[in-house]
Amino acid sequence: MDFGFKLSPSSAINLDKVDTEKFAELHRAEPDVYKCMACGSCTSTCPANRFSGMSVRKVILGLQRGKEKEVIAMMKNCMLCGKCSMVCPRGINTRHLILSICRIYGEDMK
Amino acid sequence: MIYQGKQKIWADYQKEIPDNHWFYVRSCIRQNFFPGAEKMFLEICRGLLKKDIFETEHHTTCGGIAYHCDTIPQETVMTIVARQFALMTEAGYENYVASCITSFGNYIEILETWKEFPELETRIREMLWKACKREFNKPKYVAHASDLIYKYRNEIAARAKFRLVNRFTGEPLKVVEHIGCHYAKMFPARGVGGAEYPYVLCGMIESWGGNVIDYPERRHCCGYGFRQYHVKANRGYSLSNTYKKFESMEPYHPDFILTNCPGCPYFMDRWQYVIAETEGKTYGENGYGIPVLTYEELASLVLGYNPWDIGLQLHQVAVEPLLDKIGIEYDPKEKYKGLNEKDLMRPELPGVLRCC
Repeated sequence: MDFGFKLSPSSAINLDKVDTEKFAELHRAEPDVYKCMACGSCTSTCPANRFSGMSVRKVILGLQRGKEKEVIAMMKNCMLCGKCSMVCPRGINTRHLILSICRIYGEDMK
Repeated sequence: MIYQGKQKIWADYQKEIPDNHWFYVRSCIRQNFFPGAEKMFLEICRGLLKKDIFETEHHTTCGGIAYHCDTIPQETVMTIVARQFALMTEAGYENYVASCITSFGNYIEILETWKEFPELETRIREMLWKACKREFNKPKYVAHASDLIYKYRNEIAARAKFRLVNRFTGEPLKVVEHIGCHYAKMFPARGVGGAEYPYVLCGMIESWGGNVIDYPERRHCCGYGFRQYHVKANRGYSLSNTYKKFESMEPYHPDFILTNCPGCPYFMDRWQYVIAETEGKTYGENGYGIPVLTYEELASLVLGYNPWDIGLQLHQVAVEPLLDKIGIEYDPKEKYKGLNEKDLMRPELPGVLRCC
């Protein structure tokens, strides 16, 4: 029956069902990934963000929440310009982090 | 005795509720949703417990819905409320009891605002005088009607004909309590038990023999949320909130839901039908839903009133399985008969949700 409105898809994430193995591997390779405080400086300076929605902040958050598919679709827009590395207040080498993500999640990116 | 830690916090949230002499104001929407509820409140308080509860036909809406929908400014609401207080003053009462949770929250919010900004109160007094030549005293005590039933819960338990016990298993019924958001979330000290652990409905359930069950989304909104429902484009959000609550309580298999707000029972009741039609999902046993009752309806049931006299036929979710569990006798043929045997006609039955 069509009421003219319907249930919004749930945004709830069951973390018990998220496979964190790859993120643990990423953390071993890039311990700085836990330094991120989600300030969004990387996103605001990203030249790809305005036309593609690319956001390193969202990438880190998405991988922790098991949203690999969404993250990979976003990562394809990164131009590796490195502006995010320059503005990160925590000094995370985000460019290197992105390359590590590509290496670890490489199979999923094909 | 020195109160410390949680004991102290708990002690701060206990209310002294006057026993008698109340000026009662009705809700503007409850009489359409569950018309038996307010009638039974007066019947129990006046008729059974012999309390002095005064109501006047001259009172109006408190303006709370329009205020929370952002369609009128707070000064307008304050003037409407000032008029209600003037009616109370003219009738010679000092204790004010509201049937509606949003009204209750509205009155408390306005009194607190006047305490912080006395010049605003002076302006409202002037506006009221200009509008209808009335003056008012502020109430000494403002309560919600569920506070009164909570206060009288043991008197009701002493006169109860039924207990909230499953007669087939002998176990206490599993009850979910849902408190309206405007009861204590805005001013926790004004609600029995505060905002996080409100005790007003738990007290009734425990006194009448039931077992309160806890679940993750217990303090989540029912989904009504005024702006969410009244704007049709947002209605899916309202439905999704209710769905989230039901998904959360489902594993605990509650026998029924008890509420103290006008909107909550309505939306938790009706949205079960919408969820069943759109998602094909029901939350009760054997294709039924989970019955949602107001505290007045529950008090009336345990006191032995006829379920059809208190308006339970106006619920979307069938209450018969619950009545069977408690052991309350009812005549299915009488379900759709109103006052003086008037035929209320039969509603069309839903496709998925089992209703009889």
